[in-house]
Amino acid sequence: MKIALFATCIVDAMYPEVAQATVTILRRLGHEVIFPEGQTCCGQMHINSGKFAQAEPVIAAHARAFSSTEWDAAVAPSASCVASLGHQQPMVARRMGNEALATEAADIAGRTYELSQFLTDVLGITDAATDLGSYFPHRVTYHPSCHGMRLLRLGDRQSDLLRSVEGIDYVELPLADACCGFGGTFSVKNSEVSSAMLADKIRTVQSTGAEVCTGGDASCLLHMGGGISRFQRTGNFEGTPDVTAVHVKQTSGRVGADDTTDGLTAVVGADDDDHRVPGEQGTRPQEPSLQQSGLRVGQSTVHQARILASTKEDPLRVQSEGATVSGGSLR
Amino acid sequence: MTFLGMPLLRSTRHDDQEIPGGQGNIVEDESFAKVSHQHLSNQQLRNNIGHATATIRDKRSEVVAELDDWEALREAGSRAKNQVMENLPEYLAQFEKNFTAAGGVIHWARDADEANAIVTELVEANAPVLESGRREVIKVKSMATQEIGLNEHLETQDIDAFETDLAELIVQLGDDKPSHILVPAIHRNRDEIRDIFMEKMPDAGELTNEPAVLAEAARRHLRHKFLTTKVAISGANFGIADTGTLGVVESEGNGRMCLTLPETLITVMGIEKLLPGFDDLEVFLQLLPRSSTGERMNPYTSFWTGTTPGDGPQNVHLVLLDNGRTRALADEHGRSALNCIRCSACMNVCPVYERTGGHAYGSTYPGPIGAILSPLMTGVEAEENGSLPYASSLCGACYDVCPVKINIPEILVHLRGEDVEANHSPVSSQLDTALTGASWMMSDGKRMAAAESGLPIAHAVAGDKQINSLPGIAGAWTSSRDIPALPEKSFRQLWAENEARAEGEDDER
Ligand code: SF4
Repeated sequence: MKIALFATCIVDAMYPEVAQATVTILRRLGHEVIFPEGQTCCGQMHINSGKFAQAEPVIAAHARAFSSTEWDAAVAPSASCVASLGHQQPMVARRMGNEALATEAADIAGRTYELSQFLTDVLGITDAATDLGSYFPHRVTYHPSCHGMRLLRLGDRQSDLLRSVEGIDYVELPLADACCGFGGTFSVKNSEVSSAMLADKIRTVQSTGAEVCTGGDASCLLHMGGGISRFQRTGNFEGTPDVTAVHVKQTSGRVGADDTTDGLTAVVGADDDDHRVPGEQGTRPQEPSLQQSGLRVGQSTVHQARILASTKEDPLRVQSEGATVSGGSLR
Repeated sequence: MTFLGMPLLRSTRHDDQEIPGGQGNIVEDESFAKVSHQHLSNQQLRNNIGHATATIRDKRSEVVAELDDWEALREAGSRAKNQVMENLPEYLAQFEKNFTAAGGVIHWARDADEANAIVTELVEANAPVLESGRREVIKVKSMATQEIGLNEHLETQDIDAFETDLAELIVQLGDDKPSHILVPAIHRNRDEIRDIFMEKMPDAGELTNEPAVLAEAARRHLRHKFLTTKVAISGANFGIADTGTLGVVESEGNGRMCLTLPETLITVMGIEKLLPGFDDLEVFLQLLPRSSTGERMNPYTSFWTGTTPGDGPQNVHLVLLDNGRTRALADEHGRSALNCIRCSACMNVCPVYERTGGHAYGSTYPGPIGAILSPLMTGVEAEENGSLPYASSLCGACYDVCPVKINIPEILVHLRGEDVEANHSPVSSQLDTALTGASWMMSDGKRMAAAESGLPIAHAVAGDKQINSLPGIAGAWTSSRDIPALPEKSFRQLWAENEARAEGEDDER
């Protein structure tokens, strides 16, 4: 198959290694990959900021790039951007009175897939170890991004692929379906609410003791990595409101795994015993120490494409093996 | 009959100036970001709301999972409501005819002021002046009367309105505002409620914080009022057009008492609450309780059609309230917000609401639905209502649970577009400037490539160091998040180099 890679702006400019991993996986399966020149962005940043007039030329650029060459399917390492192509681009083009662009955008969107969607639904891959040679012997937890879950309805596609990676120690993320708080310009316009959501998400990531937290959207991973890095650097959730409803508690037995290490679990809200929490403003919760939360080696985020691309011959290394972590992102 | 007329679909936003916006408790007077700041660091609030929403979320998903045809029910509910909105003038006329024929009296109110004036007149005509020199009415929990600020208005007219719903009573006694449409006192815990009761119910004596004890205290406090008060005020969950019937669903039985014991019953209902026929209740009485309280069926369901001689109130009135609903209806991209049946499922799953609580939305309608409904009813220009559509990460959890399938995230984005057009300040913010630059760059792959060709230089300057702090608007990001060091080259550059190398190899062969 001739596959057009839609790298997405954030991967192109910030995480080229994620696009490279995507190409590696597709080539390993024997497909030809092309990179339509002139591609930029899905336009979501402008659309979600209500700037429809500014989004239109961005949508047009995408349409131009992807209709200039022939291909069988387009693939992007992002659920959010793929969702935007189908759910937003035609709508915005239509609102701007550009019916021709709406039709063209809808046609391209109909043939564009998120990576795990393409691997599972189109190529019928069910076992990453057998079919892709994926190998990653580390403790991993997974955050399903909102747009993958609720707009593309990816279901278990991403997590099933990850679970089938050889050597992986897959740990379920508590309260996984909660948004990480990124939301594009939301993280700037309502930075405090966003940070509060982020801090709670990081608390749950910590409670798994995973070495890396993965997912299918570089934007959410950038956000979560940024929070993880800040916590590890400062020892607290500096810059976030001082309170949380997510309580990380010591438990015996680990969440979702079969070894017997004592661990932590995250619950929301005070339970009945806790309902006498003092009413003062700004009670900073007792955070579990780095030691307790299994963060001895540092924690980072990494896109699932890189885990799937990792093999015994050419493994993706983690921080404890000397890899660089920058701003919470595994390089 | 007042003919409201079917508003024309507007093509540009200039037309809507002619349709008046709503007023009352649906206006945010400070921006969401500013108000939420105060609530975000209240540990008590976070605990109470976190606990309450987590519990109700779980209950809801359990009972929803029991029904195989839940999606079909949502679809049916959404279709029935869309049908009502598309033919609202006809349904209203039909309802008025049937309600009047059954002995009820209809009053039309264009806005909050008109509605408050009508209710005041009716109370003055039907409730006696007591020894205190004031009149009294009892009330069933109603969003519409919250929206128009009825209690506050009545107070200025020497009329005391007693809320009879337990949670509304807590809010009223605590001189507080509701923060959730179904559980108005969700921000309070049992200890706080006990303190409020002991302070405000002189006869209550010593109380513990046990729910049964607190409920009993409220029951004693209210019983006397139920038996002696002549006028009750209610809202309505449904108005059935083809029979002229009104309906209220509730859990505590206080509604049933208010709807049956007094001599005069005054109901205030938004014009969008209509359903075509009784058959539609089959769908809505499944959708509403499961979505709102996580119950298979609510304990009390009351319907009344005008008056019945010798049974129940003999003097029955209905105030049909517009207050911005026609304005919302005229917005083709936003009108489905009027489908809302006030179940509150969207706020129970909302990660933003969970952290800020309901008061941050500055409106009777908090959470995701409030973030679209308030600006749709008033226009984004009203005070700070233009900040509400941004109070969301667009995670989509609200749309997933909404029993009438209101695509809240899409309407939020639509309203952001309205806000950009309406509230665009002459001085553009740093964020606006950045987005304008990004649009120029991203409209052309060559420009983006040119911008990315700066990466090696930026990388050479900044090196491998991650970014921990930035000035200006970007500082909002680095307030709580670090940024990775920039890569040396963009993927686009790496790809071009590889292509060139591959071609070179081909040439050599
Ligand atoms: S918008 Fe939907 S989920 Fe929210 S209160 Fe209304 S009906 Fe319920």
